[in-house]
Amino acid sequence: MEKSIDEINTRIRDGSAVVVTAEEMPDIVSELGEEGALREVDVVTTGTFGAMCSSGAFFNFGHADPPIRMERLWLNDVEAYAGIAAVDAYIGATQESTTEGIGYGGAHVLEDLVSGRQVELRAISKGTDCYPRRTLTTDLLLDDLNQAIMVNPRNTYQCYNAVTNRSDRTLNTYMGTLLSNTGNISYSGAGLLSPLANDPTLSLIGGGVPIFLGGGNGMVVGEGTQSSPANGFATLMVSGDLKEMNPDYLRAAGITGYGVTLYIGLGIPLPVLNTDIVRNTAVRDEDIVTSIVDYGVPRRDRPVLRTVTYAELKSGSVEIDGEMIRTSPISSFSKARKVAHDLKERVEAGAFTLALPTMTINNQKRNRPMRETARTPRVREIMNPAVVTITENELVKTAAKKLLKGETNHLPVIDREGRLVGIITTYDVSKSVLRDGDALTVSEIMTKKVVTISADEAVDLAAQRLEQNNISALPVVDSSHHVIGILNAVDLGKLIQRRWQP
Amino acid sequence: MKLFITVPREVIKQPLIAQVVLETGVLINVERAHIDSTEGWILIDIPDAEGDRISARLIEHGVHVKKLEKAVIHDEYECVDCGACISICPQEVFSYDEEYHLVITDDRCILCGRCVPACPHQALSLRQ
Repeated sequence: MEKSIDEINTRIRDGSAVVVTAEEMPDIVSELGEEGALREVDVVTTGTFGAMCSSGAFFNFGHADPPIRMERLWLNDVEAYAGIAAVDAYIGATQESTTEGIGYGGAHVLEDLVSGRQVELRAISKGTDCYPRRTLTTDLLLDDLNQAIMVNPRNTYQCYNAVTNRSDRTLNTYMGTLLSNTGNISYSGAGLLSPLANDPTLSLIGGGVPIFLGGGNGMVVGEGTQSSPANGFATLMVSGDLKEMNPDYLRAAGITGYGVTLYIGLGIPLPVLNTDIVRNTAVRDEDIVTSIVDYGVPRRDRPVLRTVTYAELKSGSVEIDGEMIRTSPISSFSKARKVAHDLKERVEAGAFTLALPTMTINNQKRNRPMRETARTPRVREIMNPAVVTITENELVKTAAKKLLKGETNHLPVIDREGRLVGIITTYDVSKSVLRDGDALTVSEIMTKKVVTISADEAVDLAAQRLEQNNISALPVVDSSHHVIGILNAVDLGKLIQRRWQP
Repeated sequence: MKLFITVPREVIKQPLIAQVVLETGVLINVERAHIDSTEGWILIDIPDAEGDRISARLIEHGVHVKKLEKAVIHDEYECVDCGACISICPQEVFSYDEEYHLVITDDRCILCGRCVPACPHQALSLRQ
């Protein structure tokens, strides 16, 4: 048996369509079987509510008198892109305010407008014959704008990596606070309610498909940026009228140490046309698998610690290396449910009909990393391989001599096998001489917990590590902890200056 | 129950907690404390039934005692139930009910403050 989209729309219009949420569907399919569910159910509504950084809106402000061609403009001190015509602009959700930083950004401007609050527009221009005005300041409400069209280049990931942090430092990431030493696991996504998890082959979701966006009606524009359906990470570009949206489904957020983002509610109704669709929409949290990735490694390709299902993530704790680690989401399942229920009610009320894609999305596409023509310099290229070291049992006096002779302020301390066991600085030596004379040995005054770096790391990471630890040199070690060089902040400074000066 | 003790300068050098433990025989759990040469505060956890007796004794020793109640201020409008606070709280103050709405068991809170910056929606603050 197959059903057509026209049959389903006819039922929606006459109020007889059977609509269920993607959370209700798995049990219905278990009970009625695939054929039975196909006969019984017409529409499955999905929903998600989470941080969708790659979002924003186009505005048209109308013309002022005398008119201005806005070259740069700010809404509540958040700059919007004005490199389009005259009084059009695009505000990005993550753009931060010039005055309040992370406390206020593009997402907050959008939430303020949607909440009916006034927003101040400031614009500047060099002035032309046709647009003589050079500056403009005015207060605007959403109603005052000719258009306010949300266009989000990358929303509603099919699935997202869960993350943890095996480093010894708490990290502030876009996935929230990650405690050190695998202290917690953070994840995102609505699991079985997630729109793309219910149509992983993109047979129903594509360009032109009507959706629920931020509380209003919207549509799928097409493939989202960075979309990678071939490995389960599809995304969508979506659009909707900001004037129809409401703050229940559109919320600005500020993530400490990261920046501003926008939480959006997004739902897609799926027509149940055949048993393939029945099977896809019967997906459960137990079936949706993602990876737990270590964000303690500051590289693009981060180590995967294990795979995990959304059912395990939602249970509140997951085992890693024999230890139960607490999990928590950064997206809202209660709101995702509300999206799916709200959408269900709209379809049931005949207020929302469905459509098949007018433009299908290539489901074989795989995202590629950036092609970098100028390779980031590595630590190996700027470290000093002629590093002066000292062993732990030598006298502080010997250390002082070595420091003077080597014209350095840092002496890595090594054991008999040449492995790093500590570090001493000119400051440690001076302090020790003043306090205890010069009779002590190096091991008695050295710092044992040494911050190091490996030779293959990018210099940017070295710079970050120096800054975070407030130190001025990093011993460079190999995999067996032998000292193979030292990296000085001064060398790094010279390099970074060279890179950015033309 | 948790008591928040403010220690004035005059008694800052006294072994207050040890004294009260010896006098009453009640095991007092010190959860957090900050003491310097001029002032200090101590957050203790004690059995509920002993609240009045311990408070009275502490007050006799010259400190201010306040029962810690509703330590976490939760802005229900701003909160979207995202759950970012749940796994970062060392005291497991935050959890979900069956409907995935945030539940706050704030009698466990020790005022560490970790949840405040961790909330993406600035919906949490501490009463103090």
